[in-house]
Amino acid sequence: MAITEVQGRPLLLGTKKARVRTWEPGPLLLLAPALASIGAVSVYPVLLGLWLSLRDTTLASPTDSFIGFGNYRQLLADGQFWNAWTHTIEFTAASTLLETALGLMMALVLSESFRGRGIVRAAMLVPWAIPTVVTSKMFGWLFDGQNGVVNYLLRGMGLIQHNVDWYGSTSSALWTIVVADVWKTTPFMALLLLAGLQTIPHSLTEASIIDGANPWQQFWHVRLPLLAPTLLIAAMFRALDAFRIFDLVYVLTGGGPADSTEVLSTMTYKNLFSALQFGYGSALSTMMFITEAGIAVIFGAILLRKLREVGQ
Amino acid sequence: MRDAGIHPQKSKPAINFPAPGRVLLYACAVFIVAWSVGPFLWQTSTSLQLDRELVSGSPKLVPAPFTFEHFVNIFAGKSFHRYLFNSVIVAFSTTFLCLLFGSVAAYALARLDIRGRFGILGFILAVSMFPQIAIVAPLYVLASGLGWLDTYRVLIVVYLALGLPLVIWVLFGYFRSIPPTIDEAARIDGAKPLRIFFQIILPMSLPAVVTTGLLCFIAAWNEFMFALAFTSDINHQTVPVGIANFTDLHYVPWGDIAAASVVVTLPLILLVLAFERHIISGLTGGAVKE
Repeated sequence: MAITEVQGRPLLLGTKKARVRTWEPGPLLLLAPALASIGAVSVYPVLLGLWLSLRDTTLASPTDSFIGFGNYRQLLADGQFWNAWTHTIEFTAASTLLETALGLMMALVLSESFRGRGIVRAAMLVPWAIPTVVTSKMFGWLFDGQNGVVNYLLRGMGLIQHNVDWYGSTSSALWTIVVADVWKTTPFMALLLLAGLQTIPHSLTEASIIDGANPWQQFWHVRLPLLAPTLLIAAMFRALDAFRIFDLVYVLTGGGPADSTEVLSTMTYKNLFSALQFGYGSALSTMMFITEAGIAVIFGAILLRKLREVGQ
Repeated sequence: MRDAGIHPQKSKPAINFPAPGRVLLYACAVFIVAWSVGPFLWQTSTSLQLDRELVSGSPKLVPAPFTFEHFVNIFAGKSFHRYLFNSVIVAFSTTFLCLLFGSVAAYALARLDIRGRFGILGFILAVSMFPQIAIVAPLYVLASGLGWLDTYRVLIVVYLALGLPLVIWVLFGYFRSIPPTIDEAARIDGAKPLRIFFQIILPMSLPAVVTTGLLCFIAAWNEFMFALAFTSDINHQTVPVGIANFTDLHYVPWGDIAAASVVVTLPLILLVLAFERHIISGLTGGAVKE
């Protein structure tokens, strides 16, 4: 901070007056292209979306008039909306919990020094780099109801008697998507948590070893409390991202069977581009916004409390 | 209880697990590698097997007999190269523009006198948290008004805006870490900020710029929803849309899908492995150490 303040003030060098001034793009002008792009593609459309959500715009017919909160009233009474809302929350909670827990375990393994650690870390980037659409298709094949290798292995181990139609039956489809998401995202979570673990001063872990703490006590009483803020922040970003899930569901199940995996993003997409209900679809995405803000506020409150505890 | 308690080793602050613990550690490491790489290995193996082997009821990892027919299918039968071509154009243009706009903006925020820089950075971060589905409808309306549907430019512009927050944040951190003495002389000589940036700061930051570019490229290469909404013909559809549409009427061509997955993913995986260290430090703000 201080460094740049000095940089910004050539007067410290006493040459301000003497310097020949030629025209140069001001700092704000350098920012302009980036801010203009973000503004045009993110900020303006969000406002336009809010406006659309108050209209009965459809692309299929010329109706396009202001109807106030009509869309929202219709939405709150729409069983399909609450169905998708519940699935989205369930998916978000399950995947965030599993990814945080598994990611923490992976991070703890990686924080030890052992031979071949670099290889493990490199391998963990593979799921992250794979396009989500490919992940969907990949899990579609692994969990295929007829020839999938998961059925084959589970039958071999005697865990199931007959092939299970994992994402073709209403009872297991959402869980199959959770598994695919956990596969794809956990390694990345682990890397974030590893970064947090490595900021814990060695003197603290060393002191606990001298005091005779076993690895378990050391984890539970020294590292976990210190990692809590990182853990919460990582979980919050994960939850916000999981809440938006679209690609996995759209490609693997398309929301089916019988709407059992319909989430808010896929429902919104269908309302927009299948039913062409731009007004209603925009109201849906606004409700997503509100729920996301709610999630952020809950995590923010927990985080503040944790930080205060640590501060005391 | 353990040696480590009595003779703490200065050089190795990690816990020295007793032998069984060591075995468990390696078992976990092997599990993590298998978990991360296994599904993709399976997909690769699938892409090299005949259809009748895939549905034979006894899946095997090593392809025997070995076949390239699925790779032939996707190029000759499904014009997969067309999707690849579109993706290459969109992803490279996005990366170039992202780096150009993003690096200049990050430089201004990091090293020039800008009031409220942290407000601007916070705003950029907040924008990147918006649910993307919330902007797809308004952008569709705008794009169709401009006649931009089914063009490369609509995808490039959208991906540019989605990629910029990451580029700005990562490069901001990097530019801040360069000591001010580096460009002081040039500044005293009255060099303009843009010149200082392109002649001094940018060449120094090449590793960070390359890594950020790679992250941008991967994001643009993998994006699905906007590509699905804004393009409807093979002349502009990108690879993810192409793969998502790989379904025949009566059966799912798992072998062809696997072949397409391999073609799309292998270059990414090679790039990522080559830049592994830089990517991890870029993504975690330089916090993961050796």
